Amino acid sequence: MKTKVLAIDDSRTIRNLLAACLEEAGFEYHSAVDGREGVDIYPDVAPDVVITDINMPNLDGFGVIEELRGDGINSKVPILVLTTESSADLKARARAAGATGWITKPFDDESLIFALKRVTGAVA
Amino acid sequence: MTGSIMDTFFEECEELLEAMDAGLAAIEEGDQDPETVNAVFRAVHSIKGGAGAFGLDELVAFAHNFETVFDDVRSNKLELDEKLIQLLFRASDHLADLVTCARDGGQVDQAHHDVLIAALAEYMSEEEEDLTFEPMGMGAAFDPAPLSAAQEISYDIRFHPLKEMFATGNEPYFLFQALSDLGALSVKLDDSELPGFDAMEDGESYLSWELTLVTGEPRSAIEAVFEFVEGLCELSISADGDVEAEADALAALNAAFGMAPAEEENAVVAPLEQSAPEPVETPAPAEVEVDEAPEVPVEAAADKAPAAKKDAAKTSGPKPTLRVELDRVDRLINAVGELIINHSMLAQQIANLDASDTRDVETELEGFKTLARDIQEGVMAIRAQPVKPLFQRMARIVREASAATGKTAKLVTIGETTEVDKTVIERLADPLTHILRNAVDHGIELPENRAAAGKNPVGEIRLTAAHRSGSVCIEVKDDGAGLNRKKIRQIAIDKGLVPEDVELTDSEIDNLLFLPGFSTAKEISNLSGRGVGLDVVKNAVTALGGRVNISSTPGEGSMFSIILPLTLAVMDGMVVSVAGHTMVVPITAIVETMRGNADMINSLGSDGTLLSIRGSFVPICDVASSLGLRSSSHNEPAGVYLLVETENGDRCALAVDDIHDQRQVVIKSLDGVCGNVPGVSAATILGDGKIAMILDPESIVTASSSAAVFDTDRRMSNAIAS
Repeated sequence: MKTKVLAIDDSRTIRNLLAACLEEAGFEYHSAVDGREGVDIYPDVAPDVVITDINMPNLDGFGVIEELRGDGINSKVPILVLTTESSADLKARARAAGATGWITKPFDDESLIFALKRVTGAVA
Repeated sequence: MTGSIMDTFFEECEELLEAMDAGLAAIEEGDQDPETVNAVFRAVHSIKGGAGAFGLDELVAFAHNFETVFDDVRSNKLELDEKLIQLLFRASDHLADLVTCARDGGQVDQAHHDVLIAALAEYMSEEEEDLTFEPMGMGAAFDPAPLSAAQEISYDIRFHPLKEMFATGNEPYFLFQALSDLGALSVKLDDSELPGFDAMEDGESYLSWELTLVTGEPRSAIEAVFEFVEGLCELSISADGDVEAEADALAALNAAFGMAPAEEENAVVAPLEQSAPEPVETPAPAEVEVDEAPEVPVEAAADKAPAAKKDAAKTSGPKPTLRVELDRVDRLINAVGELIINHSMLAQQIANLDASDTRDVETELEGFKTLARDIQEGVMAIRAQPVKPLFQRMARIVREASAATGKTAKLVTIGETTEVDKTVIERLADPLTHILRNAVDHGIELPENRAAAGKNPVGEIRLTAAHRSGSVCIEVKDDGAGLNRKKIRQIAIDKGLVPEDVELTDSEIDNLLFLPGFSTAKEISNLSGRGVGLDVVKNAVTALGGRVNISSTPGEGSMFSIILPLTLAVMDGMVVSVAGHTMVVPITAIVETMRGNADMINSLGSDGTLLSIRGSFVPICDVASSLGLRSSSHNEPAGVYLLVETENGDRCALAVDDIHDQRQVVIKSLDGVCGNVPGVSAATILGDGKIAMILDPESIVTASSSAAVFDTDRRMSNAIAS
């Protein structure tokens, strides 16, 4: 069973980079172009882990985490936040909303996989 | 792989830059919607994010400054006044330049770069200014170990998750798994705090773990594993030898785990930095986190819930789209072209058949034709794109030109959703840029002069796109002073472009601007000047199969109109024969066709001939002689005359031998086959498989007798007037 990743990011470039890295590492990759779509497709994709950007149209990353963790979906899967800044404030907000961890952009393949490993245990 | 991702990045940058410009323009117009500001912020942010992934440091650094200032705008720390908006526009333009440089190589104007950085810095608070962009966190924290394995050290790790950790989706098991990658790990569960079953509270965390890791990795690697749970657990990491007294206990512990500790390694004195007894630094006071936790989400939820709803209501989702390589579309277009040729051939074959009744076949063939046309239109629609992005770029041109000339002008765009073939859009950028610079430089007056003339000091340039009977019409209209015809005429005479005693109509004078080598600028300004005239515009438009025209009213302004065919691949043509050759004349150029007879021909002077049509006269141009296929035979009437209209409105009668058909033809470029042939714009393949030249009426008329046309026209007008 491949580990299923749902990546939510409005930047095509970031989605492509994630897809390239994750598929090469043997993950099953799914993506959404904004927070709303991400939350909408979540039940169908049923991912093992979610990676979400913060700044997005139609529902930002905090909104995604809140909706996924909220009573409606009540998701327990790990959620990693993609962030350009490593500001403590941002991390605290994301964590308070229920994020599991964060990936600082620009990321390299190694650190991305390392982050996924720590939250899913997946070797890929 | 990275290459294609990078290509996507630059494509995305273009879209983001457009979105940014559109957003800034809306803000300038007074749009106060926070979502507009957010959209601009996101665009800058995404460019920065992508650029970071490819190590485009200069781009990242500038985007970061831009973003920092804009973030303060977003959070209402900065007020958007006219000055700041202009700065943001310039920053946006510069960001576009940086993207271009990153893509195509080259260097941005460093002085300009520094000026903008300094200007942005003025809006930044001290702390923000000091905050240099530096990716921190995990990426930096976790340095892979050097290949030469360092001395292995045994670490004791005590890990007690707080109950808050479980709400974040972190699992101790996975953390241990990650640790086990670093070296030999032993795990011991400490359940001593576990109360009796009755006393257990739901969600409380009672368990702790004691771990021993023997690894050559530095301590930071271990800390990196626990990065996400920092503050959500009690964590202590100590290396053996940290405290001498602990060694015994450690040995006992190891023994208890049933693990034989490597004696030698235990004895090794760890490097100073690692052996220094460090106080446990990682666990933050749990209370702080707990106190903060309930507050933050409430605030965040209050912020966002209405915004999210509004967004959802506003955008019912974009239409699903598919990104396709242009090559694939072009292959499809070529195939459709072949299909149309194939249809013609089939029709021809059927016509040649010696069958008694071909009506059924012809009906089906008609259906084939309709379908082929449908497919062609469908494929063309794939290539069609709205002119909006192009128009948005033009706003920048006007801004820059205004700044460079000290004039104030704004661009008003109309018909941005008009769709035009992608290639046409790409190739229109240069001529439009030229026309717009020209409009600001020469058209719009200085603000004081405008005020004196009773006009709004801010000049207005209207850029319009519209579909008009099978063509696209793009107009650039300024409300400036209009053309100075006297001056234009004098310059044309001085430069020897027209004879000194020439009499010209207003429209002819206006169109002198398109003559090669014409430039009214007294000095070559670094704007529209640059030593090239509007002939460049004309050439570019003509190359697209279009026409450009200029009209002007003194004191009220000038207007450039560019008329372009909808597609570059297929056109409607009239199939004619000229001196035994089959040729095609574009239908769009033909006003009228008529059979010739001797009564219609009037001689004028030694070599001029005129055709009289319902009481008016137009010059005749013999296609065969102008193409050098035979010497001209004046006073004999040709088979057929095609009345064509040139771009400046003059009419001319093209003499050809016969008309065969009117049909859709596929345009095949001659570039690279036989170069540029005067009078011929391209070629096509006819139903019988033969190649036919597609004529360019404009250049035939000009080449055959440009002076004569002017001249005869003049003499005729005089003759008619008198």
